[in-house]
Amino acid sequence: MSSVADPAPVARAPRSAGALWHLLRDPMGAMGLVLVLAFLAMALFAPWLAPYDPLKLDVMNKLQPPSLSHWAGTDQLGRDTLSRLIWGARTALGIALTATGIAGAIGLVLGLIAGYGPRWLDAVLVLILDSLSSLPMIMFALAVITVVGPGTGTLILVIVLVSIPGYARLIRAQTLTLAASDFILAERTMGASAPRILFRHLLPNVVGPLVIVLSMDIPVVIMLEAGLSYLNLGVKPPTPSWGNILYDGYTSLRQQPSLVIAAGIPLILATIGFTFLGEGLRDALDPKLQVRPR
Amino acid sequence: MLNYAIKRIGLAALILITVMLAMYAMVFLVPGDPASLALGPRATPELKAQLIERMGLDQPIHVQVANFFSNALRGDLGYDVWSKRPVLEQILEVFPNTLFLGAMALGWALVCGIALGCLAVVWRGTAIDTVLGILSVSMISVPSFVIALYSLLIFSVWLGWLPAIGAGEPGDWGSQLRAVILPAFAIGITWVGYLARLVRASMLEVMGANHIRTARAFGLPESRIVTRYALRLAIIPTIAILAVGFGSILSSAVFVETVFSRPGIGTLITSAVAKRNYPVVMGTVLFMTAFYLLVVTAADLLIARLDPRVRDVFRG
Repeated sequence: MSSVADPAPVARAPRSAGALWHLLRDPMGAMGLVLVLAFLAMALFAPWLAPYDPLKLDVMNKLQPPSLSHWAGTDQLGRDTLSRLIWGARTALGIALTATGIAGAIGLVLGLIAGYGPRWLDAVLVLILDSLSSLPMIMFALAVITVVGPGTGTLILVIVLVSIPGYARLIRAQTLTLAASDFILAERTMGASAPRILFRHLLPNVVGPLVIVLSMDIPVVIMLEAGLSYLNLGVKPPTPSWGNILYDGYTSLRQQPSLVIAAGIPLILATIGFTFLGEGLRDALDPKLQVRPR
Repeated sequence: MLNYAIKRIGLAALILITVMLAMYAMVFLVPGDPASLALGPRATPELKAQLIERMGLDQPIHVQVANFFSNALRGDLGYDVWSKRPVLEQILEVFPNTLFLGAMALGWALVCGIALGCLAVVWRGTAIDTVLGILSVSMISVPSFVIALYSLLIFSVWLGWLPAIGAGEPGDWGSQLRAVILPAFAIGITWVGYLARLVRASMLEVMGANHIRTARAFGLPESRIVTRYALRLAIIPTIAILAVGFGSILSSAVFVETVFSRPGIGTLITSAVAKRNYPVVMGTVLFMTAFYLLVVTAADLLIARLDPRVRDVFRG
C-alpha cells in the first residue's frame, strides 16, 4: 500500500455494466466466467444432471473403464464416477462459497474496527492477525483439525480461520487510506457520526476490493478442500468430494487409471475457471490490487 | 539498518510467542482433555492417568505454560504419544527431505519462471506474450497434488521411468535425485507461473526508466538490455514473494509428499493428525512456524539491505 493518501484507485467502483463488458472482452475473463457458470449450474442442478445415484453401490460393475452407460467409468464399489463428480461440484462449491462468505464478513468487520477504531484495539488486532497469518496455512489447518476432529463443519471452520487475517488486513489497509482522505475529513467536520462514516462511506468503498480477493481465493479454498479430503481429513466418504474420489482413484491407480484421470479434470477446470474469473474481475475493477500467493 | 534489524527480529519473536500461546490455548478450548482426545475410545482410566502425568496435565495451568515455554526453548517438543520417541528427533529426521524437495521445486521454478518472464518482456504486446500470460495463470491455478497424481500415473506407472514412492536410499544421491524429480515438478509448476508473471510485471515497470533508455541509445540489443539491466530490478520482489510463498510451498509439499509416500514433514504431520497424536502435531506446527518466521525475517532483512527505501519506511 502506498503511503500517499489517494483513495481514487480503491474508492471508485466502476459502473457494473462497464465492468461486465470489460470482463467479457478479455478472453481469459470470459472463459473464466463460462467455466464458473458451468460449475455453478452443475452444483445447483446436480440431482437432475447426474445420471445415477452417486451413493448407489454396484459391486458387480466395479472399476469399469468409461463406457456408454458410465461415461467416466465406475469406482471400486461400482458407483458411477460421473454422478459422483457432479455431486462433488456441489460439495466443493458449497463449502468454498459458504466458507469464503463467512470469512469475508468477519474480515470486513474486523478490518473496519482495526482501521477506524481506537489505536490500542488496532495494535492488538494487528498483532493477532499477523500472528495468525505467520502460521503456514496448512500447519494451522492441520492443528485445528487435530483439535476439533475431521469433517465438513471442521473444514469450513478451518477455511474461515485461515482466511480471516488476509481479508481483515486488506480491509484495514483500505480503511486507513480512506479515513485519511478529504471526503471523510469533510464528513467529520460536518459532524457525521462514526456509524454513519463507517456504514455510509467506508463500507461501500472497501467492499469492491474484498469481492475481488474473495473470488481469487475461491480456487485456493477448492484446492484445500480437495487436498484435505484426499488425506481423509476433510469431507467424509461416502459423501462425494473431488478429493476423496481422487483418493479412491489413487488406491486403484494400477487396476483402473481412468478413475484418477476423470477425478482430476473437474478440479483442474474449476480452479482454472475461478482463477481466470478472479483475474478478469481484478483487471476490470481494480487493476492495482496486489494479491499474494497463499 | 541495525535499528531496523532489531525491530524486525523483535516483531518475529513477539509473533512466535503469540503463536505458541494460541497453540497452547487451543488445546483447552475444546471439550474433553487432550489425554482422552489422544487415546480416543481406547482410553481406560489407568492409561489416561498415566498419559496425563506424562504430559504434565495434572499441574496448575501457569506451571504447564511455563514448562511448555522453557521446554520449547530448550528444543524439547515433548514425546510421541504412541512410540514415545522425542518429537524433535522425528522432525529433524524427516525435515531435510522436505527442505531438499522445496529447494529442488524452487530451483527449477526459478530457472523456468525467470526465463518465461524474460521471453514475455522481449515479446511484450505480441501473441506470444498473451499465450505466456494465460499459461502462467493456468500454472498458478492447477492444484499441485493433481499434477503429482497425473505425473505419478504417467512417469511411474505407465512409463516406469521414475520411482513412485519414497525419497530414495539414504546416502545414495542418484536414487534420491530420481525420487525428488516428480514431486519437485508438481510443487514447482505453480511457482513457474507466479515467477513468470512477477518477473514480467516488475521488468515492464522499469523498461521506461532512464538507464534502460540510455542502454538503448547506446545500441545494445534488446535481449541484453532485458537480461542484464531490467532483470536486476526484478530480484527484490522475487525475494519478497519467495519468502511469503513459503507457506504455500509447504501446503503443496504436505499433499505431494502423501501422494508419493515420501517421508517428510507433510507425511509426518498428516499421519499424526489422523491418529490425533497431539505432541507430534503441535511440535511440528511450532517447528515449521519458527522456521517460516526465520525465513520471512531473513528475507525482510535482505530486502532492507538491498533496498534502503524499505528501512526508511519502517523508521518513519
